[in-house]
Amino acid sequence: MSTELNLTLQVWRQAAPDAPGSFVTYEAKNIPDDSSFLEMLDIVNEGLIDNDVEPIEFPHDCREGICGTCGVMINGRAHGQERATATCQLHMRKFSDGDTIAIEPWRAAAFPVIKDLIVDRSPMDKIIQAGGYITAPTGTGGDANDTLIPKEVAESAMDAAACIGCGACIAACPNSAGQLFTSAKLWHLNSLPQGQPERFTRTESMVDTMEQFFGACTNHGECAEACPKEISLDFIAYMNGDYIKAKIKNRSRSSQ
Amino acid sequence: MILDSKVPSGPIEDAWDSHRFDIKLVNPANKRRFKIIVVGTGLAGASAAATFGELGYEVDAFTFHDSPRRAHSIAAQGGINAAKNYRNDGDSIYRLFYDTVKGGDYRSREANVYRLSQVSVNIIDQMASQGVPFAREYGGLLANRSFGGAQVSRTFYARGQTGQQLLLGAYQQMMAQVNAGKVNLHTNQEMLEVVTKDGEAHGIVTRDLNTGQVRSHSAHAVVLATGGYGNVFYLSTNAMACNVTAAWRAHRKGALFANPCYTQIHPTCIPQADEFQSKLTLMSESLRNDGRIWVPRNADETRKAKDIPEDERYYYLEEKYPAFGNLVPRDVASRNAKTVVDAGQGVGPLKNGVYLDFASAIGRDGKDTIEERYGNLFEMYERITGEDPYSTPMRIYPASHYTMGGLWVDYNLQTNIPGLYAAGEANFSDHGANRLGASALMQGLADGYFVLPYTIGDSLAAKLGTDPMSTADPAFQEAEKAVQDRTQHFLGIGGTKSPDYYHRELGKVVWEHIGMARNEAGLTTAISEIKAIREAFWNDVKVLGNGDSLNSSLEKVGRVADFMELGELMARDALDRSESCGGHFREESQTEEGEALRRDDVFSHVSAWEWQGDVNTPQIKHKEELEFEYVALSQRSYK
Repeated sequence: MSTELNLTLQVWRQAAPDAPGSFVTYEAKNIPDDSSFLEMLDIVNEGLIDNDVEPIEFPHDCREGICGTCGVMINGRAHGQERATATCQLHMRKFSDGDTIAIEPWRAAAFPVIKDLIVDRSPMDKIIQAGGYITAPTGTGGDANDTLIPKEVAESAMDAAACIGCGACIAACPNSAGQLFTSAKLWHLNSLPQGQPERFTRTESMVDTMEQFFGACTNHGECAEACPKEISLDFIAYMNGDYIKAKIKNRSRSSQ
Repeated sequence: MILDSKVPSGPIEDAWDSHRFDIKLVNPANKRRFKIIVVGTGLAGASAAATFGELGYEVDAFTFHDSPRRAHSIAAQGGINAAKNYRNDGDSIYRLFYDTVKGGDYRSREANVYRLSQVSVNIIDQMASQGVPFAREYGGLLANRSFGGAQVSRTFYARGQTGQQLLLGAYQQMMAQVNAGKVNLHTNQEMLEVVTKDGEAHGIVTRDLNTGQVRSHSAHAVVLATGGYGNVFYLSTNAMACNVTAAWRAHRKGALFANPCYTQIHPTCIPQADEFQSKLTLMSESLRNDGRIWVPRNADETRKAKDIPEDERYYYLEEKYPAFGNLVPRDVASRNAKTVVDAGQGVGPLKNGVYLDFASAIGRDGKDTIEERYGNLFEMYERITGEDPYSTPMRIYPASHYTMGGLWVDYNLQTNIPGLYAAGEANFSDHGANRLGASALMQGLADGYFVLPYTIGDSLAAKLGTDPMSTADPAFQEAEKAVQDRTQHFLGIGGTKSPDYYHRELGKVVWEHIGMARNEAGLTTAISEIKAIREAFWNDVKVLGNGDSLNSSLEKVGRVADFMELGELMARDALDRSESCGGHFREESQTEEGEALRRDDVFSHVSAWEWQGDVNTPQIKHKEELEFEYVALSQRSYK
């Protein structure tokens, strides 16, 4: 049977993007240890509403670790201390009675706070928009089995495609770099036969767009550590390799 | 009102082709002169928006999420069906059609289902060309599995994340059109009104969820691809934000709502652990391929699962349905789980689940094979429950998962309001009274990629040379005012309980009386209880904060208000349909053996409900009679 926890929360409250924010302390009482981290916040919010305090706004939706909406810094770590676990999949049985938990929004200059724990992650869509696709208009595909893809190639593409776009990698990075996110999409598409024609235009365009918003990668590896889907750092190396090739392939020839 | 389904005449094999020839085309050079609004960016919405953009239309796509990639299609695990017959096991378009009509318990439109089966093969080609990393065999060919009771292997999958990979494919295709300037993407925008004038749809009114700004958008056609209403149960496998509001706002403007009582209760979810639980997590149905479902024979059993000897275990599906065993369709599996739990044989601390046991499969195929097949699902289960399914059987119980009912549409996916279309789970069209596993992804993409892009041209062609109605028109101004008034009203009630509190109260009634098994007394009770909750809600709900910034309580309260009205209509529809069919088990209509008894003589029709102008006047029912020329009506038997 479930036991109950009493916790102290220090939560970042910020009313609007340009309003000053601050940590506010709340007591979270009688939290069932079978509840998820977000259900713990639900319980706290019900108590706040009862006391006429505006509830804490936090990002969440599917609550099964796949939509990528949720994500907060928990005691300074993106999605908390559990490996390969999104905030919504973190359960309170991983905490102890009497713990103090600091909860903050994603930290990155490119992710401004909208309210409390919710940030604006639209730059990630801009990176996809810049080339994170294979041009194949509806109806143009040949029979799906005409293109053979070795199992290990498909598996490797899938490892990269598993990214949920939550932004934890960027929040965890001391440079707020977007390399893990960008390279995951690049490897997904660049490693497949269908992705070859646009491989190098895609790479240059996505990397250049990434650099408009995010910091430089210095190989700390905090991103992969924070990633709820265990996206591999190797993809960053593959991306860097393709980017160098792209710069050569895509440059206009000197006599033209 | 006469409901014209616009189903083409002639042989069903040729219906879609001849229809595509008969409907009007829009000249390529003229397509840019038409503006289409797409609300929702899940599989149906994103694939439609992308394809409209590629064809040359001007598209405005709206999502209430911060990114189109968050739509709940992303959570589908198991797979997508297609009649490719790659396994050479006897599949065909006709067989997929037949299975879908039969699986839907003869309450869907034959012509729609046939078309769905036809385009299923194109979907796989399209998604493979998009780079969706489907599972492969060692030779590089696409892999398949049998899924959810199908006797052929026609399901394509990408690990346990098929929905994610398909959605990302459609999302990326749409983002390419955003980049090309053909799709104008609006994030964080919730549609709160459909704007109609002279009986036609002209646009929508949205509220910006970050700033509270209310805005009008006009177009030549409006597509609602806004998903299903499973969250009416409060606890469901849906994401927290899934709601009926867009469809309900359309219903209140005259769009008929069809078969609202057809909801699907998925058999394999993790049981509720406590009162504060916010959602139920689905475990893919593919687990039933290898897991054996059982409960202790003795209701007073206290031993751990592994200590209970074989002869004291009740493998109820295998005993009752020897041919299909653990792979009976979802409704049968769900109802039988409820029967044993109601009999006190449930397992787990709250005795609210049944075992799904992999011990035999691990013994037969080895732990490694099982891990390869279901590793990520086992991990997810362990994370949520703290139990290891390799050594202890999983505990599962049914939960609301999908809604087959939705906006009534004709063969063109147009609602009864000209210019207003509905696609994907938001419409009612293809699944009848029960949806087969791995068919939701198929239908969402079929509608968005291969049906709407043709059929929408038929109504657009007639509007050539006309501009969309001005947003200065009084119809838009009134709709904007309605949205603002409703917002202010909610903020001003100043009651005592949160929107979640009322949502939970509603959910309990819907689950208890309009869930897996229903009867006249329960449904009558539900109608009066929902009314009472609704009245209390409008007098007593408490929404703090303001309407000019992000306010999730305010977002929620509007959705709960619409769920209240929908819940009542579900009860009325279920009460009216005094037969058992599909996921809808009506206790007064069963065989001597306790199986579902359909009443084709009375209920072989679609019930499409028309709003009567105010919440206290019950909707009026219109019938669309269903005719079955190809699949002979029979009582389903899985024995």
